[in-house]
Amino acid sequence: MATFNLNINGQKHQVDVDPSTPTLWVLRDHLNLLGTKFGCGIAQCGACTIHLDGVAIRSCMTPISVVEDGAITTIEGLSKDGDHPVQKAWLEHDVPQCGYCQAGQMMSAAALLKNTPNPSDTDIDDAMSGNICRCGTYVRIKQAIKTASKL
Amino acid sequence: MTKIQTQFNRRSFIKISAAAGGGMLIGFNWLAGCTPGTKPEEMVAVPNEWFDINGYIKIGDTGMVTLYSPNPEIGQNVMTSMPMIVAEELDVDWKNVVVEQAPLNTGLYQNQFAGGSLSIRLSWNALRMAGATGRRMLLEAAAKEWNLQVSDLTASQGVIKEKNGERSITYGEIAGKAVGIEVPEEVDLKDPKDFKLIGTSIKNVEGKKIVTGKPLFGIDYQREGMQLAMIEHPPAFGMKVKSFNEEEIKNMAGVNDAFIIDTTIKEPTWSDVNAFPQLIAIVGDSTWQLMQAKKALKADWEVVGELESSETHAKRLDKALINGEVEEARNDGNVAVAFKKAAKVIERTYSSPFMAHNTMEPMNFFANVTADSAELVGPTQTPEALEGSVAKLLNMPLEKVTVNMTRIGGGFGRRLYVHFGLEAAAISRKIGGPVKLLYTREDDMSQGTYRPIYRSTYKAGLDENNNLVAFSVKGAGLPGGPVFPNRFPAGAVENYSAEKIKAATNISTGAWRAPRSHFTAGAEQAFLDEVAELAGKDPIDFRLELFDRAIKDPVGEKYEYEADRYAGVLKLVKEKSNWGEKKPGVFRGVAAYFCHFSYVAEVIDMVMENGQPVVQKVWCAADCGIVVNPDAAKNMIQGGVVDGIGHAMYSQLTFENGAPDQLNFDSYQLMRHSQAPKEIEVFFVENEIAPTGLGEPGLPPASGALANALYKATGKRHYHQPFTSNQPIVG
Repeated sequence: MATFNLNINGQKHQVDVDPSTPTLWVLRDHLNLLGTKFGCGIAQCGACTIHLDGVAIRSCMTPISVVEDGAITTIEGLSKDGDHPVQKAWLEHDVPQCGYCQAGQMMSAAALLKNTPNPSDTDIDDAMSGNICRCGTYVRIKQAIKTASKL
Repeated sequence: MTKIQTQFNRRSFIKISAAAGGGMLIGFNWLAGCTPGTKPEEMVAVPNEWFDINGYIKIGDTGMVTLYSPNPEIGQNVMTSMPMIVAEELDVDWKNVVVEQAPLNTGLYQNQFAGGSLSIRLSWNALRMAGATGRRMLLEAAAKEWNLQVSDLTASQGVIKEKNGERSITYGEIAGKAVGIEVPEEVDLKDPKDFKLIGTSIKNVEGKKIVTGKPLFGIDYQREGMQLAMIEHPPAFGMKVKSFNEEEIKNMAGVNDAFIIDTTIKEPTWSDVNAFPQLIAIVGDSTWQLMQAKKALKADWEVVGELESSETHAKRLDKALINGEVEEARNDGNVAVAFKKAAKVIERTYSSPFMAHNTMEPMNFFANVTADSAELVGPTQTPEALEGSVAKLLNMPLEKVTVNMTRIGGGFGRRLYVHFGLEAAAISRKIGGPVKLLYTREDDMSQGTYRPIYRSTYKAGLDENNNLVAFSVKGAGLPGGPVFPNRFPAGAVENYSAEKIKAATNISTGAWRAPRSHFTAGAEQAFLDEVAELAGKDPIDFRLELFDRAIKDPVGEKYEYEADRYAGVLKLVKEKSNWGEKKPGVFRGVAAYFCHFSYVAEVIDMVMENGQPVVQKVWCAADCGIVVNPDAAKNMIQGGVVDGIGHAMYSQLTFENGAPDQLNFDSYQLMRHSQAPKEIEVFFVENEIAPTGLGEPGLPPASGALANALYKATGKRHYHQPFTSNQPIVG
């Protein structure tokens, strides 16, 4: 066990956990931030995507010891009132079916748009192919990313 | 207007009205509900008092309306579309509607399950009746108040008005007086032409919560004092747990208990499919520590059955197609004679491997079992079946078991089966407190309940004029065959035979989105494409000729489909896709299928990019009767297309020594963004037929259209899924 001082969604948190604990489980089990989802545990599905210092990472394979005092953003902190362009575009295109993967999809999309404000189809495919949607909302996600890029 | 007898559901209406007495205050946290994308300031105010009208409707004194969505929400969007139907007949302004998930309550609701694309189809009348009954009771209350007849009043958008006068009253103002009104014997339903809400695109009522990461799913459920649990099942089918290093595991950090559970119940039903009733359970406080404990398990697994391999499965299917046990068959004319006389004969064999459901949310469930009660909360497609099985497991009366549904991170048939709920209950009973069970992806993918493995041989005979005169199909599967003997082209071919053949396996299987149809549609539609080519006919014209025969001069006593509606979707997709138009570098395939009482035709446009086939566009035409929520319905079809193409192209489970070779998404391939169709356009046939299934029918034609487009693009026919290897599975 070790103590970690974390910076999550602009707030300070202290947790006492095994240093090998993946950030995903620190968020879910210890900090009650449940928007970040568990899908595969091996960084293959993207359901657990969060931002570490603005970069999209898979929290299921990122031990908390690696995070240190880096700025973590989760879906709960993507915007104050759910009005990030990606969130607005997701609603406009009524993207979700079951909705389980969508937090991870949106976190990947938000990171993409931050660095590439006007992404091409290839940019979108490259940035998003680590995020599986089992319901098959890929076409709408792509449309929503393009809409978000104009908001 | 349609008159409808309310007796069907009268018992439950009376029950709730009586319980509500003279307008009682119902405890209700409106934040728990869902607003239909309306900003709070645009809604009417939060009520001080709520009035239960019936099991589906609660009206607040301000005019805010709560509608209960009875069925599990697995992403098919019933939480929006079911309340829409109630709201239509109740005639309220959707912006004042809040939706809540109803609990399992067999006294109030019927058919509370998500399966067979049946939610809307089975509840269409009940939901309309619930709304219309509420509307009638509000009208009667207003009539009584003003000393008028109901026929002197109109009701629209939550407001009742006098026809020949100035008075008006809102539903919220009169709701308290409607509670005591006797439930009418008969109510009027709207003429579909007068629908205001049904047929308009309403956004997902939980959209805002989903995009802001609210804890909606079973995996997110929490309770004070709740512990976490994980399980370990045997690594192979044909194995059973004997013992494990219990003391060592119990001594690990964060582990509170470890033991073996047994979820065997008496008189299991179809939803109790489970290859591993005995499991190791580990209970603790944090998921990561439980995962570490799972890794440290040293178990003694006993071999109790055959350890099958993909090679075993291939041999069994071969044998089954030669002399397997026929489960179901049809014979019209004499195919043997007709094939002998035919000018041209073609025979092809198609196959598809075992597949996992792979819902993105792994199996999980919450349970709190006490000496005389059991409370279950979580993602299930069959809450009623779970309730029954838990009652059997705990030897408890049914009324002591409650089941509540969370939003569900994918179903696809996986959560029709209730074993994970039983496991949570067994663990809770053992530890004597509340617990949430969670599977890892590996637990989930290796647990079974798979889509069966299939192989079918199709044969067709053409006469000298290239007419289809003989058609036969023999299809085998482990454990059941994929063939539907009375579906197309039954009824359209003079000499026809179909055999559905079964063969044994100890790999556990279950329903997987559009059971059997997902394989049969692809095989049959790819075969017909090849037959049309042999006949020198356009594939759509060839099919339309067959439907023409089925309409004008049907063969045999009956067939399952409506040939004109089947032909209708083909004609619509032909028109919308400009079928026949030549576009350089674009290769097209078509397929159509009927299942779940709906008809879908699809055209796939494929291009070659860097030597790889890429799906550029998919055109879909669907006939599912009245479309309740068009944009959401399109989303369903689009998802079905991606599901159909993705699994046909990439997905498979193979076996060695009884264990699946693929345990996670590094080896089990699902379609990803870069492989998805660039565009999917969906068109619906407009009619006033009561709604039929939509969650599943979009999927089956996709693999056929894919195979046919791949042939045009690559010159190669694809017979064996996954098409990326195009080899029959041999392990």
